[in-house]
Amino acid sequence: MKLTVNGEALELDAGNLADLLAKLDYEGDWLATAVNGELVHREERSTHHLKEGDRIEILSPMQGG
Amino acid sequence: MALELYGKAVSSRLLLGTARYPSPAILAEAVRRSKTEIVTVSLRRETAGGKAGGAFFQLIRDLGVHVLPNTAGCHSAREAVLTAKMAREVFSTTWIKLEVIGHHDTLQPDVFELVEAAKILGSEGFEVFPYTTDDLVVGEKLLAAGCRVLMPWCAPIGSAMGPQNLPALKSMRAEFRDVPLIVDAGIGRPSHATTVMELGYDAVLLNTAVASAGDPAAMAEAFAKAIEAGQIARQAGMLEPRDMAVPSTPVIGKGVFV
Repeated sequence: MKLTVNGEALELDAGNLADLLAKLDYEGDWLATAVNGELVHREERSTHHLKEGDRIEILSPMQGG
Repeated sequence: MALELYGKAVSSRLLLGTARYPSPAILAEAVRRSKTEIVTVSLRRETAGGKAGGAFFQLIRDLGVHVLPNTAGCHSAREAVLTAKMAREVFSTTWIKLEVIGHHDTLQPDVFELVEAAKILGSEGFEVFPYTTDDLVVGEKLLAAGCRVLMPWCAPIGSAMGPQNLPALKSMRAEFRDVPLIVDAGIGRPSHATTVMELGYDAVLLNTAVASAGDPAAMAEAFAKAIEAGQIARQAGMLEPRDMAVPSTPVIGKGVFV
């Protein structure tokens, strides 16, 4: 399945968003996720099914002003 | 007297950004020495599997201050709203420093998108700190959109130019008498911060002037003292300038030598 994760094209099979995070070795309560420009809450990741062409953003706290 | 921002009282009038410090330890020291109670943070794409963001988040949590997430770098209301929602998810706060940038060189806010984003976020329960221009009408629109704090720029972000339009800042203070006003962006040196506090501003938000100083922690303290000086001076009532000299020593009783 072709996905775009944080702007990078990936070929990866993941049933849902939680699976994807696990496969990419992302962990932590501080990650925020969006799919195709819509927020996916932490508790909805395991029921949010991914499909071909989805654009996923994974953000975390960083320095800012 | 404490400053109240969306129901939270803080005694420090300095809000500090967390970007561009030489190291996390120097950032932490600058925060401690400034006695700030509010720091701004951002959200960015994670590349280290959550570890980079996790380490930074732990550092911020250990500082024991209020977190004001920002939407830095967003160029549309839609982008800013999504970023704000993601920030609420991460930081468990309804506070958001709303930035919607409209111009690449000056980083001037796009006030049209800003007002639009403020309306949406207000209706979704966010408490918005809008980074705005020093325009009165935009200020009114932001208040009508539900903002209860305004953060006008005084010069372009990171420029260190200091207040460029004092009459506009004065007008905002006079017009929005009961609204907390925080100068955000463009402050370069402590005397700039004193100037805006003398105008009656409630607080100052800073980042680069501290983070890029030779000794950021010392500069953080200098800013804290400058802000306090400006605030005390404002409350004490300052002498207005006049055209002619006025002797400070009484003339009566002077010795006569002829």
